[in-house]
Parts: sequence; structure tokens; C-alpha cells
Amino acid sequence: MSVTLLVEAAPQLQSAAAAEPSCYSRLVNDWVCWQYVADRREELVDATIQHLAITLAAVVAGLVIAFPLALLARRYPRLEATILGVSTGVYTIPSLALFPLLVPFTGLTPTTVIIGLALYALTVLVRSMLEGLRSVPDEARESATGLGYGQTRLLYRIELPLALPVIMAGLRVATVSTVALTTVGSLVAYGGLGNLIKDGVSTNFRAELLSAAVLCVALAILLDVLLVVTQRLLTPWTRGVTT
Amino acid sequence: MTVFADTWAYLTDGANWSGDAGLLALLLQQLLLTVTALALAVTIGLPIALWLGHLGRGGFLAINISNIGRAVPTFALLALLVTLDYPGTETFGPYGRAGLATLIALTLFALPPIITNSYVAVHEVPAEVKESARGMGMTGRQQFVRVELPLALPLVASGVRLALVQIWATATIAALVAGPGLGRIITDGFFRTNYGKGIAGAIVVAVVALVLELLAAGAQRAVTPDTGSGSPRKATTKSQPATG
Repeated sequence: MSVTLLVEAAPQLQSAAAAEPSCYSRLVNDWVCWQYVADRREELVDATIQHLAITLAAVVAGLVIAFPLALLARRYPRLEATILGVSTGVYTIPSLALFPLLVPFTGLTPTTVIIGLALYALTVLVRSMLEGLRSVPDEARESATGLGYGQTRLLYRIELPLALPVIMAGLRVATVSTVALTTVGSLVAYGGLGNLIKDGVSTNFRAELLSAAVLCVALAILLDVLLVVTQRLLTPWTRGVTT
Repeated sequence: MTVFADTWAYLTDGANWSGDAGLLALLLQQLLLTVTALALAVTIGLPIALWLGHLGRGGFLAINISNIGRAVPTFALLALLVTLDYPGTETFGPYGRAGLATLIALTLFALPPIITNSYVAVHEVPAEVKESARGMGMTGRQQFVRVELPLALPLVASGVRLALVQIWATATIAALVAGPGLGRIITDGFFRTNYGKGIAGAIVVAVVALVLELLAAGAQRAVTPDTGSGSPRKATTKSQPATG
């Protein structure tokens, strides 16, 4: 009886072993494994989308808050020291410490991660906006005033375009570091690709770990390239000048 | 909010500070790790960057290394290093398990700010100053030691300061891969839904980060010559004990 059972089970076992991918299983633990990428495509795509969404939300939020802050700081020099001081203070707080501090207010939600990352992005962006606006030559400002430009038109038509290269440099730094920092969001279970990295560490699954890490770096590079292209398109007059 | 009451209770309970897994032991562990990693990074990065800056070569590499460093998530690198097979023992001296991976990751992450800032610092010394030094008959070595290095010192110091704070912050993340340091309190509090503990850890980490930043800023100010009135030479000689 038991013999027949064994015989019947044997082919099944064999076929299961054959179906098992060669590069990840209980016995094999390769770093690079395309079979894994193919099998878990959905998981990877979902994680990448979450990663991208969190990053974009954080950077956009940082940008929206940084702009008025930079304008205020420029107008009131006393406020400038405060804003820069506080932003330096925020930047020294490690992300692993910042997320837990936010949890009592926002819970284990993507909002926690987004707020934390937006704060970091904000500190970089306020600085670069102030620097950018300061880099606008006084002559350009004076000519515009002489041409009858009002405060608002001066800001949007003259100052912002001229400050754009410096602001974009800050935006690139903020975006790339936000992509990297999003992984730490896995602490509150919303870390995009970070969740896969965390899972890869705890289950010692190398293919998952490396695939997620590589995707993460690729995402950072892709966004950086996109920003460079956008900057080229927005500032045609700087073409040929390396930034 | 009861969470903050819990946090306060955790922080004010002396028992949580003492012992092998106490706040104080972990804090010292993380400080030790931070200082070791900074020392390693300075030993490796500073000579290369200063020399390249002096020669005025390799600028592309020196600048871009910091962009690459930014794109690679600390967490991912730590995770990769922890999962790697190491020759030899699994424990690494006083740093505990996963300590070697953490030390390597921290050193790697401290390199970009140190290399970039030091390179730029030496490279950006005004050409007129360099020419005058050459005109006075200084050799390349004298020019580097007597002219470029003193002028570059403030920016070099700011790079080291940035690296110090960055290492401290990164050392916290080590807890995500069961590494040493205060991050453990945070992750432990989280995974056992003891938020008071997690937040207590976060507060300690944040406070130490701010203290380190202020100390580093003070040290940097000490090596930065007064640009306003007094002669810069006097300021640098005065600050020598602080750097030594």
C-alpha cells in the first residue's frame, strides 16, 4: 500500500522540482534571477507604483510648501534665519526617528511617510529657492521694474525663470534622495520597494532583495533624467551651458 | 495623548537606560560605530580627494560620486551587505551581529560628502593665490600644505560635519536589518506595538543628532578663520588645538 503511494507520488514530486525555478528555491538562493522577476512581476510593479506615488506626493507637497516659505524668507530677513535654522534641524533628524514621531498623529498610513519625506524635501527646496532667487542679477530686476513690471509679474516672468537652474538643481537633489528615503517607509509598511527589501532581508531571499534595490536606483536615475530633460525644455537659453 | 505619557514614562524610567540592551548602552554602541565609520571614511577619502583637488584632476568622479551615493538607498545597501556571505565569524567585536555590514555601509555613505567637499575645497582655491604661491618659489608640496590646505579647511570641515550627522542617521537605519544601535529601540517598540518605547527611541536619536550637529558646527566655526576683521592666519593658528 505504502509502496504504491510512494510510486504514485514520485512523478509528481519530480515535476514539481522541474517546475521550480532554477535560481530560487529552498536550496538555491541566487542574487540575479530573471525567473523571479517574471514570476513576481505584479508584486514588483505594485511596489514600484507605490514607491513612485509616495515619492511624487512628497516632492510635490514639499515644493508647494517651500515656495511661499522661500518668498516669506526673502521678504523678512529675520524669518529667513528661523526658517533655515529649523530646516537644518529637521534634516538632522534621522528618517527612522521621524516616522515614529509622526505615527501618533497620522497612524500607519502612507500619509506618515509622505509627510516625513515632504519635510526632508522641503528643507532642500527652500534653500535652493532662496539661492536661486538671490542669483537673479540686480540689473535684470531693475530693467524689468523700469519696463513697468509689477511685483507679481516680476516674480513670475523674470525672477523665477532666471532662478530656475538653481531651483531645478535643488529639485533634483530632493527627488533623488526622496526616492532613496522612501524605502525606510517600510517601517510603517508603506515603503514601496522598501517593503520588498525588508521582506528579502527577513526571509534571506537574495533575488527579491537585489531586484528591489536595483529597481529603486533605476527609479531615482529615471526621475533625475526626466528632471534634466524638463529643465532643458524650460530654459532654452541655458543650452550649451553645463550645470 | 496616552502615547506621549508612555513615552515620558519610558524615558524617565531609569531601568530603561541601564543594562546591555538599555538606552545608554545602545547609544554608546551607535556613537562608537559612528566615530569608527567617520574615522575610516576620513582616512580613506580625505587624502584621495585633497590630492585630486591639488592636481585638479578627477573632478568628474569626485562630483558625481556624491550623486551616486544619493541615489543608492542606505537601507538597500545595508540589506545587501547583511545578506552577503562574509568570511570568518558572524560577530564583529564590540559591534554585535550585523555590525560589519553596518560599518561598511556607514563608511561608504560617509565617503561622498567628504570626497566631494574636500575636492571642491582645494580645487576652488583662487587661481591668483595659487599663482602667487608659485611666484614666491613654492614647490607643489609647499603650495599644497601652506596655501591650499589652510584655505580649504572650512569647506573640508563642513564636509566632515555633514558626514558625521549622516552617519549617525544611517546608523539608526541599521536596526531595520537587526543591526546595532539605538534604532533597535525604535523598531522594537514598533513591531511590538509599544509606540511609547518607539517614540522614546526616536526622541533620543533626534536629540543626539542635534547635539552632534551643534558640536560639529562649533568645531567647524573653530577652524574657519574670521573673514571680517582679524587676520585669517591668527585664527587658524588659534584653532589648531581643536583640530588636533
